[in-house]
Amino acid sequence: MARESLISDELQKMIGMRSEPVIFKVEEGAIQRYAEAIGDTNPLYNDLEYAKKSKYGRLICPPGFTGWPVRRGRTTESISALLVKAGAPSRLLDGGVEFEFFEPMGAGDMLVATTTIAQITEKQTRLGSTLFTTTETTYLNQNGNLVLKAKQTLILF
Amino acid sequence: MAKQLYYEDIEIGTEIPPLAKVATTRMLVQWAGASGDFNPLHYDEEFAKSMGVGAPIVHGALKRAWLGQLMTDWIGEQGVLKRLSCQYRGMDYPRKMRTMVEPQDGETWWCKGKVVKKYEERGEYLVECQIWVENGKGEVTTPGTALVSLPSKAAHKS
Repeated sequence: MARESLISDELQKMIGMRSEPVIFKVEEGAIQRYAEAIGDTNPLYNDLEYAKKSKYGRLICPPGFTGWPVRRGRTTESISALLVKAGAPSRLLDGGVEFEFFEPMGAGDMLVATTTIAQITEKQTRLGSTLFTTTETTYLNQNGNLVLKAKQTLILF
Repeated sequence: MAKQLYYEDIEIGTEIPPLAKVATTRMLVQWAGASGDFNPLHYDEEFAKSMGVGAPIVHGALKRAWLGQLMTDWIGEQGVLKRLSCQYRGMDYPRKMRTMVEPQDGETWWCKGKVVKKYEERGEYLVECQIWVENGKGEVTTPGTALVSLPSKAAHKS
């Protein structure tokens, strides 16, 4: 073969690897700052009184906001560091995400996120030899209910 | 806020009201702080060049958040966003600032979408949409999809 595969045995072994849980705390101020950063004036993200009277009873998370980590486990950055250690190319780009929402998330929630490395594939792209890694993260809230699933694509080149 | 959208109000091909966004260097800093993504790809000229993208680029997740707003603005408080997905295909470059708060002239990004499927399943009224972010040249940099459930007038018989 003219080109050696990017997927070393060590990388191959990482498929199916599960992270330690990361705990996220969802706070009112964090939701408001996130909404302001996007430029979203939706009162459910900004107005405490309005949100309290709504069916949610509290500020809710804009889609994709999961709060701030209070106990760091393996986040995207550290997963890519592990991949690089196992021989993956070191430049990282976010390829995209698929969210599935199950229950509302909002101020006061404590979310526990666990990530699994689902797949590692390689392709020749305009970036050169490129590794595509898919991770799947599930978020449970303080009641043990599944609130969110996120499938993320990491591009390493 | 806009009046509540119902399942009966839309059909295949219905366009979602477009949402204009202007990415600026200032917005990217604010986003980094609010989201916890401190990747220098989005604020450090030299790092961005070493990554081969030329200059700091807009965070993919910020564009994803814009698309989230496109959907939640449209479906109203009685609508529920069930799925949201997008891919960061094209690089987007933020406008630089002219004053502390005003950006220089430059491109405006548009978040757009349209209904591709509508169906009832297990008592839910579901709508599938194709969504995307276009840059100032009308090129799609961030294609995606969304699935929402909407309230139905038929189900709300008083």
